Amino acid sequence: MRDDLVLSVRDLSVTVHSDDGPAKILDHVNLELRRGEIMGVAGESGCGKSTLIRSILGILPHGAHSVTGEIQFCGENLLSMPQRRLEREIRGAAIGFIPQDPYLALNPVFTVGDQLLEILRWHGMPGESSDRRYTRSVRARHRERIIELLDAVQVPDARNALDRYPHEFSGGQRQRLLIAGAIACQPQIILADEPTTALDVTTQLQILKLLKELAARFDVSMLLVTHDFGVIGQLSDRVTIMYAGQTAEYGPTGEIINDPRHPYTQMLIRCHPDRSDELIGIPGQVPVPVSPPSGCRFHPRCPAALDICSAARPPLLYGEADRQAVACVLYSEIVS
Amino acid sequence: MPKVLVELQDVSTTFKPRRKLFQDKLPPIRAVERVSLTLMEGEILGVIGESGCGKSTLARTILGLQTETAGQIVLDGNIVSGLPARHSRKARRDIQYVHQDPGAALDPWWRVGASLDESLKVGGVADPVERAERIDRMLNAVGLNAGFRSRYPHELSGGQQRRIGLARILGLHPRIVILDEPTSGLDLSVQATVLRLIRDLRNQFGLTYLFISHDLSVVKRMCDRIAIMYLGRIVEVGSAEQIFTNPRHPYTQALLNAAPRLRPGQLEEIEALAGDPPNPARKPSGCAFHTRCPYADERCSQIEPELREVRTGQQAACIRLEAIAQQTARTPELLPEIAR
Amino acid sequence: MLILRRFLRDVPAVIGALIVLTLVIVAIFAPYIAPRLAEAFDSNLMMRLKPPSADYPFGTDGLGRDILSRVILGTRPALAASLIVVLGAMVIGIPLGLIAGYRDGWVSETIMRVTDVFLAVPQLVLALAMAQILSGGIWSAILALALTYWPFFTRTVYSETRRVRSALFIDALESLGASRLRILTLHVMPNVAAPVIVRATAGMGFTILTLAVLGFLGVGAAPPDPDWGLTIAESRQYLPQSWWYATFPGLAIFIVVLGFSFLGDGLRDLVDPRLRRSR
Repeated sequence: MRDDLVLSVRDLSVTVHSDDGPAKILDHVNLELRRGEIMGVAGESGCGKSTLIRSILGILPHGAHSVTGEIQFCGENLLSMPQRRLEREIRGAAIGFIPQDPYLALNPVFTVGDQLLEILRWHGMPGESSDRRYTRSVRARHRERIIELLDAVQVPDARNALDRYPHEFSGGQRQRLLIAGAIACQPQIILADEPTTALDVTTQLQILKLLKELAARFDVSMLLVTHDFGVIGQLSDRVTIMYAGQTAEYGPTGEIINDPRHPYTQMLIRCHPDRSDELIGIPGQVPVPVSPPSGCRFHPRCPAALDICSAARPPLLYGEADRQAVACVLYSEIVS
Repeated sequence: MPKVLVELQDVSTTFKPRRKLFQDKLPPIRAVERVSLTLMEGEILGVIGESGCGKSTLARTILGLQTETAGQIVLDGNIVSGLPARHSRKARRDIQYVHQDPGAALDPWWRVGASLDESLKVGGVADPVERAERIDRMLNAVGLNAGFRSRYPHELSGGQQRRIGLARILGLHPRIVILDEPTSGLDLSVQATVLRLIRDLRNQFGLTYLFISHDLSVVKRMCDRIAIMYLGRIVEVGSAEQIFTNPRHPYTQALLNAAPRLRPGQLEEIEALAGDPPNPARKPSGCAFHTRCPYADERCSQIEPELREVRTGQQAACIRLEAIAQQTARTPELLPEIAR
Repeated sequence: MLILRRFLRDVPAVIGALIVLTLVIVAIFAPYIAPRLAEAFDSNLMMRLKPPSADYPFGTDGLGRDILSRVILGTRPALAASLIVVLGAMVIGIPLGLIAGYRDGWVSETIMRVTDVFLAVPQLVLALAMAQILSGGIWSAILALALTYWPFFTRTVYSETRRVRSALFIDALESLGASRLRILTLHVMPNVAAPVIVRATAGMGFTILTLAVLGFLGVGAAPPDPDWGLTIAESRQYLPQSWWYATFPGLAIFIVVLGFSFLGDGLRDLVDPRLRRSR
């Protein structure tokens, strides 16, 4: 693993054994997250974006599933790490998580302070071991830290906010509280699953600005899953586009948005209202993972499909210095 | 000259909060406040606002599910206000409503066909043969085959659910359809197809739409006219073009600004509105927007602004319109990028 | 079929279902199954208090009657009575729950407060008192139990109706202008049916037990009915020497109540919304 990488996902495959047979939700996904960068993961729903996040956190849905490949994080493979360590040191500590729906993610019967303190109590403050006794002074120190965090995420009146219940906060404020929880243990990475979809536009803008600011201030990398290219355009440095459990394309945000190569990316971007006043969609649907199409999984919906597209899966073709890659037969010439 | 199909005259809808034992009397919540709107035959009118702004209550009031506490609603020349609760919905049969989540709007235990059939039965179509014919016609119109009759709601994709939601009310031959967030929760790639269907259906069936959304970018490509709501009041109304190229109310400008753009690395330059929308139960005095408005002065907290004509067809409710216009003329970067 | 498959994986539930099924079959064919039909009712003092043997597998009672036959014949009144009780309680409780759950205001409040009062008083005590006021005998016991069991259904249906009422599809029907009766009977009822069935199944076992207790206390079935509770009451004076006299009817009660409660639990797991969602 190169020095500047904090997270490197290699050949990750997740197969869920459903009643209709095995469903390959992720199929040899590769992804690299550099220190301090924000990486967007885009694609329609059903493309495996959330499963990717869940695999990294080690919280795949219950039921029979098998995972192959590796997820390298700070020199260790998360997939072979014991549950106990994952719970103590990784999930919610070294890797923070911002969920999609701030209305569901907080327990309504506990105060905000209780829920945030719980995080520090479980993982320990950064720099202190987690299994020391939870004394009054430790708790007081944790409280101070939480108040700092709430200030950092711009929750007004942080000191009193601790004793209030989630329903007393608006959706945007709740999302701020969750962000505070995600950064509480000074994570290396934050995973955000559609962090603004449930919010209003003006609130969304506030949260996006906050995320960008926090990423820079705390030097944390971020993996941002969203179906909205507008959000990606504003927040992320690089983008990975997923389709039906596979990587379709990745590259720097600006280049992807202004010069997308994969037909799927092109169509996704064309759907954005900024690109056209016409109502353009993508015909067809994301295939179900139980029975994906042969060859390139996008070929049944692709306007540029050739005969060979249904024959074999196109490999990821890397551009100059691995800055960009695309899995499409149309681009065999960019192989270096 | 298109004729006025629905006219709201100073309509207000107020809720009395339920009082608990030994609790002080709470002030009423004015969810919709003195809204005047006209809906022309055949047009698509967008009503935009953030959650809690009263747009859903407005829809329910127009439908007759919520009784307006003041003002009146005129439907095709007839006053349909002031009727007893059980008649007011009947008098507004011509207006139908498509829910935000049409999948959840279907009984999970019933097959789609049975639900569609029931809607028609409730709508007064007594003849079963006629109902079956209408269902086939409507499924066809929304681009689904007859096989969907025997599906259960949870077996439908998001886009299919919207289609069923549309088919359900189209069979009742409405003239006006209220669409509540018809694309929320859908991928952009699916949104476009659903929106196009909605537009096609208007042409095919001669419908008039009231299109409720929080997303300006959706409305931009659909609506003829747009009304912006903030805390129960309409703060600006105008043609889609006017709203998008020359927004006058600071809230409209902020909304336009906030829509995520396909322009990497612009986030720092965009000014975000401060704070959250206030609780509708505790509205600020004067102009309700003054607590978040970047241009507000002390008069804004005292004077309740009325809608004023700023050019033909465009009205805005702000006492400082002229000052804001001058200020933005000097420093155009304050204006939303789209309007520059 | 997924539901059936999941049910079959739940061992206690399957055991419960088998017990209940056996009970029903035995009850239907009781006169044909009972090995000594005549000796179930006719006293034969020569044969009194015989311990279990090949001829009398469960022994004989204080009047020389065959306990096995009496236990088998006892399935009929036990099942019939508890069925009547539960159905009666449903007839009273479900409509009240629907009305209270769907409406707001004083009607709903009144129904629920009365329900709460009934729920607050222990059912057995209430049933005892009612059975005393009424003339006594099995019918008054049934009536008393039905009149005390309905609040459980009202509660269940009420809370389920509240939940369903806020569902979007009810809102959609209202916005189409559907009548209240239509919404309640065609849409709310099927949606609250699952927990009601669970409640009823568990209630069957509970009612059999309570009826046995009432019979034991002498306010239910009267001799010479082959009632299980009554038999146990009669056996008291012969304990502990004639252990079989109380044991076998007691075991019958135990197994049947266990069966219904296993089945009820299994059904509840099946309709539990959290499990349903993961389907």
